[in-house]
Amino acid sequence: MKKSPNTTRREFLRTCVAGAAVLGASGALEFIESAEQGAAIAKPKVIIARDAMLRGSGSSVDSQRMVKLLDQSMQALFDGDRPAEPWKKLVRPGDRVGLKVNALGGRAFSSNLQLVEAVCERLQEAGIRAQDIVIWDRDTEELERAGFHIAAGGNRVQCFGTDQVGYEDDLVTYGSVGSRLSKILTRNCDILINLPVLKDHDGAGVSMALKNMYGVIHNPNKYHPNGCNPYIADVNMLPDIRARMRLTICDATTATYEGGPGYKPQYSWRPSALLAARDPVALDYVGWQMIERKRAEKGLKTLQADKRDPLYIATAADAQHRLGIDDPKRITLIELQADA
Amino acid sequence: MKAELLTRGILSLGLTLLAAGCHRGQTNVAAAFPATGEIRGWSRTSDIRSFEAGDLWKYIDGEAEKYLKAGVLKASTADYKFQNSLEAVVDVYTMSKAEGAAQVFNSEPAADARLVNMGDAARLFRQSLIFRKGPHLVRIVVYEESPEAPEALLSFGHGIEQRLPR
Repeated sequence: MKKSPNTTRREFLRTCVAGAAVLGASGALEFIESAEQGAAIAKPKVIIARDAMLRGSGSSVDSQRMVKLLDQSMQALFDGDRPAEPWKKLVRPGDRVGLKVNALGGRAFSSNLQLVEAVCERLQEAGIRAQDIVIWDRDTEELERAGFHIAAGGNRVQCFGTDQVGYEDDLVTYGSVGSRLSKILTRNCDILINLPVLKDHDGAGVSMALKNMYGVIHNPNKYHPNGCNPYIADVNMLPDIRARMRLTICDATTATYEGGPGYKPQYSWRPSALLAARDPVALDYVGWQMIERKRAEKGLKTLQADKRDPLYIATAADAQHRLGIDDPKRITLIELQADA
Repeated sequence: MKAELLTRGILSLGLTLLAAGCHRGQTNVAAAFPATGEIRGWSRTSDIRSFEAGDLWKYIDGEAEKYLKAGVLKASTADYKFQNSLEAVVDVYTMSKAEGAAQVFNSEPAADARLVNMGDAARLFRQSLIFRKGPHLVRIVVYEESPEAPEALLSFGHGIEQRLPR
């Protein structure tokens, strides 16, 4: 993989904050130094970084522009001036880092390969050994179909599905859920970086950070009734997930506003963007609003009018869960636009 | 005695209906997936994978609920390439009744679809084609937009439609 030149935030134009969100400059250290990992952050940041030229004149994402977009997102999120800084705040040499991708949508609509490569590159620059990084999802064949190169063993970045190692025998429970966890999570990851895709979801309303954790448990099919509520929030409360979750970078290079979670090109668009946040609830809220705006633009009903508003987001933010913030007045939304 | 006869009758009817349902579920949908070269420009690049109703979530996650409500029995899928460049996926969902296929078909916004004459109803988009024929719902998606995609989808769709039992 080619290294990108050092980039600074000056290369991006900071634009106005949308709606009721607040443009703030809260310190990045509040995140990494949080006493309780995974606890709701008082005023979380959500970054939306867009690059209209992400694909250049073609249809594939340009690797170098993706690295740059990732750097801009992370530097804005962690208030760093150089690309490596945020990652050094996030991980330490010796950590085993799991990149939970979403490979369900096949080659066209899974976590972007260039994004995952860029994250691997930056993690290694922060001192993580290649073999301590594992790219994973539920199923190895799905990962292959999505374009990932399967690798197990050796001094390289690992990539395989839970089907290769199985789920823990013991059931873990929280609230309404009782599930067995992927051994990749419990035995191969000290830290979890969530790399979901921005999607409409027929049951849950939307699918991003929180919903992507359904790929960690053995029985997600049990948790789709009632708009996946409160199941999604409860799954994210499972201690092994909550304790490891550090960061979400949502792939919005391509997204859907209807017909999800599968890929239906007629209901998709290309935001050519990344959403980054430490707070998965805040990220899901912001992503939900992006989908609602696109639905309105296309003349579709709101998700609420369609009887599938993502109630799980509010549940995740409630007093029982406190997984994050869903109040737009308390979310610091920073929108970035890459130079052409 | 009457009660026993009634019970036997209900059991017998139930078994008959179950057998009929199984028979429909076992319809050889695999024959609907053209082999390489059978339709000009199209080659199959994967095996045909099948998912019974109870396992459909493994393929399409939460979207499975919509199909279950519509009485899906089975889904089959395979990957294709057009002229060795455009990648595509074909999904065939087999429902217990034609009404189920219509239910899913009608639940999706027509958006800017072109209505085409195929099966019982069909919609052609720039990158995808969806049609239904009897209890079958077929979805073909190409991964990239291309000027030749709509016509390629049309000819491919007709080929699949002709191979599908009603």
